[in-house]
Amino acid sequence: MIPQLVFYVFATVLLVSAVMVISARNPVHSVLFLILAFFNAAGLFLVAGAEFLAMLLVIVYVGAVAVLFLFVVMMLDIDFTKMREGLQHYAPLGACVGGVLFFELIMAFSDWKMVPASTIAPLTGAPGLTNTAALGTLIYTHYVLLFQACGLVLLVAMVGAIVLTLRDTGMGRRQIIDRQHARTPADTLELVDAPLGASVSAQGGFLRPHQSYHETSVPGSYASGGMIEAEKREEEV
Amino acid sequence: MAYFFYHTLAGQIILMVLETLAVLVPLLLGVAYLTLMERKVMAAMQRRRGPNVNGLFGLLQAFADAIKMIFKETVIPAGANRALFLFAPFLTFSLAMVAWAVIPTGNGLAVANINVGILYLLAISSLGVYGIIIAGWASNSKYAFMGAMRSAAQMVSYEVSIGLIIVSVLLAVGSLNLNDIVLAQRHIWFCLPMFPMFIVFFISALAETGRAPFDLPEGESELVAGFFVEYSSLAFGLFFLGEYANMILMSSMVSILFLGGWLPPLGLAPFTWVPGPLWLVFKILFCLFVFIWVRATFPRFRYDQLMRLGWKVFLPLSLVWMIATAAFLMATGLLPQVGGV
Repeated sequence: MIPQLVFYVFATVLLVSAVMVISARNPVHSVLFLILAFFNAAGLFLVAGAEFLAMLLVIVYVGAVAVLFLFVVMMLDIDFTKMREGLQHYAPLGACVGGVLFFELIMAFSDWKMVPASTIAPLTGAPGLTNTAALGTLIYTHYVLLFQACGLVLLVAMVGAIVLTLRDTGMGRRQIIDRQHARTPADTLELVDAPLGASVSAQGGFLRPHQSYHETSVPGSYASGGMIEAEKREEEV
Repeated sequence: MAYFFYHTLAGQIILMVLETLAVLVPLLLGVAYLTLMERKVMAAMQRRRGPNVNGLFGLLQAFADAIKMIFKETVIPAGANRALFLFAPFLTFSLAMVAWAVIPTGNGLAVANINVGILYLLAISSLGVYGIIIAGWASNSKYAFMGAMRSAAQMVSYEVSIGLIIVSVLLAVGSLNLNDIVLAQRHIWFCLPMFPMFIVFFISALAETGRAPFDLPEGESELVAGFFVEYSSLAFGLFFLGEYANMILMSSMVSILFLGGWLPPLGLAPFTWVPGPLWLVFKILFCLFVFIWVRATFPRFRYDQLMRLGWKVFLPLSLVWMIATAAFLMATGLLPQVGGV
């Protein structure tokens, strides 16, 4: 009785939230409903006794994939009126696909009945094994080559994504921490023995930085040091 | 009596409620006193007195704060998404509570002693980011949104290295059950053979809970208060409680994975007199003290430094360590035996 009730609660919430994913107006709400759907799917796995898959579904899909998804959708600036314009255009195609799927569903479930208690009962795995161990043995021992191949496909996709998005123009300022740590005071600083007042007299009375903003700025402005000239101009105006 | 509690539905439900309360009440009290402990410890480190007016040694300070917070007005910003705005603090708070279901406080003493306990913890902690993202988005405020974005990237990044470190611990244990993980440390706590990972895990835990020096989601000097700028009253209080409950949770994870959970340091007479749950509490307190110590000591990281540390330092380090652990266990034949098909 109770497993059946739990199953139906999870299944109902799952289906309702799946419908809400496509019918919610706000895309952020859609993603949140998608997360709810993932969560309930994990609940269904738990009911079926597949605890490892349930946890993995939450960790991978809810915890990582959907976060990035939400990230992107929140940043998007979506114009809803424009999106609805396409509705008329795509409606026939959508109806066709939907009709085919619906027909197939009817074919598959034409003898649908209330689920008997035996199908909800937890699956019995290999005797004396938790399903984590059973799954691990299956994937890493019996199907290790296929597993490695999957990993390789993902690696290629990852490298591809990085290649497509990496634009290192060399213009950005970046911090290279190793270089910072390797730097010593002797590399950058120099102790100069300057006699008191020597540079002041050489420059004609005041000290100014060499090759600085002041020299390259607009001649005649205050910054260039030509104060008298600038004041003259102001008087003319 | 025993028959009633273990074999009838009503009895089982009552038992479950009692068990839950036995975890939650000490936890909430712990959270209340953790805030006091933080203020007292930081005060001592900065040569101040800290709260000392409400009650003896300021022992009632936390409750005074709570009462003040409850009586404030709940302000919901005009442009906010009302439902999600209120949902976010509840999510954060309840996730911080729910995770405690699997923490064993003694041999077999957990509300739910499940086979995939550590994965459950990982799943719950990876859900924690939603409370923050939803809060940031629903507030309809730039500061809150930026805080949420930072937090999302930060938590996802550090979860990767936390996951890999947990894998290398699991390699040595051979089970995902938290009870088994503690029992596997009967002879030696994992913090000794896996010392570097212990440190990396602790730092990742700081980042995962968004504590200083990784408190960029809050970043009060740039983002005012980050993702919870717009919150007031009880909604803010729930975030606050959630953060501190998460600190305790992460400390208990560190204790269970590396410091031998409820086990005494040595199986000798004076140590074994102290009951197991107390040992766990001591270890959690030690970790919490270090959390506070770090906060009082280090300046906040810059955002790019945070990402660099997560992806370029911790990730390769924990990956290499995982492979090295596996290789070592294979070579020495110490790999725990798990039945194969």
